[in-house]
Amino acid sequence: MKFLKFLLVGIFFGIVLVKSEAVSWYRIFEMFKFQSFHMYGIIGSAVGLGILFLWLFKKLKVKSVEGKEIFLPPKDRGFVRYMLGGTIFGLGWALAGACPGPMYILLGTGVFSMLIVITAAILGTFTYGVIKSKLPH
Amino acid sequence: MEFLLQPWPWYTSGPLIALVMLLLVYFGKTFGMSSNLRTLCAIGGGGKYADFFNFDWKAYRWNLVVVLGAIIGGFIAVTFLSDGSNIALSPDTISDLTALGFDNVGATLLPQEIYSWDNVLSFKGISILVIAGFLVGFGTRYAGGCTSGHAITGLSNLQLPSLIAVIGFFIGGLIMTHFLLP
Repeated sequence: MKFLKFLLVGIFFGIVLVKSEAVSWYRIFEMFKFQSFHMYGIIGSAVGLGILFLWLFKKLKVKSVEGKEIFLPPKDRGFVRYMLGGTIFGLGWALAGACPGPMYILLGTGVFSMLIVITAAILGTFTYGVIKSKLPH
Repeated sequence: MEFLLQPWPWYTSGPLIALVMLLLVYFGKTFGMSSNLRTLCAIGGGGKYADFFNFDWKAYRWNLVVVLGAIIGGFIAVTFLSDGSNIALSPDTISDLTALGFDNVGATLLPQEIYSWDNVLSFKGISILVIAGFLVGFGTRYAGGCTSGHAITGLSNLQLPSLIAVIGFFIGGLIMTHFLLP
């Protein structure tokens, strides 16, 4: 039963991303062409509220359901991995029109050819794991 | 009910995505969808090939449950919460894509030109999906996160690495959309 809340959050996430059209290849293309405010509005309002509420969580010392203080693990310092990895990710994002979350969600909408993209993404992550030590970070 | 069935505007969707992130933080976890790709590698025995996959993946089962939910959510949204309306894309986007040879732009979530089986089962078609997926999977782990982990969570937490990664996302996306896709 401890997994039930995660299942419900996942279902909610899937519905929101379909109804917002953020899972649409066309919306991603439109975003990278700067032809609509839609995606910027979604990401911008999510981040704006995210900043506000994470700040409030910390300010009010809100405890998680596990009774611990809210803590988000900081990312390691660095530049090359974020810039280079981010760029590689961006190339794939714009081509597939889907990032990891939407890949699963689109599978649920009945696009089974997405399984090929997901399999290739797993292979990509696997390849990174294997050659990690040879890459600049 | 009517407003539920229509596409949701950005000012509803964005705050609801923030809610997803905040709920996961409140549950003592974080919002990061691409981590599941690493978990799946570990489950599949990737630890034999790289230490990167030697970790206690059972501790991340909750995230796979989020993925399962997301798949179900996608099904629910198109089956019960859709009025079948076209995506209200900007007219410029539609004319740009039509010029590139796309038909029925915005009639479905994804273009048939890329995702229909007819196209997928050609050498070019399958190459596009495999290359795209590989770049996403490789890039997201190299960068340490994807749209959910960096753009939503990382920026909300005012983390500089996430800002660098998001700038990278856009450099890659702009190169693909403006130079490679045509």
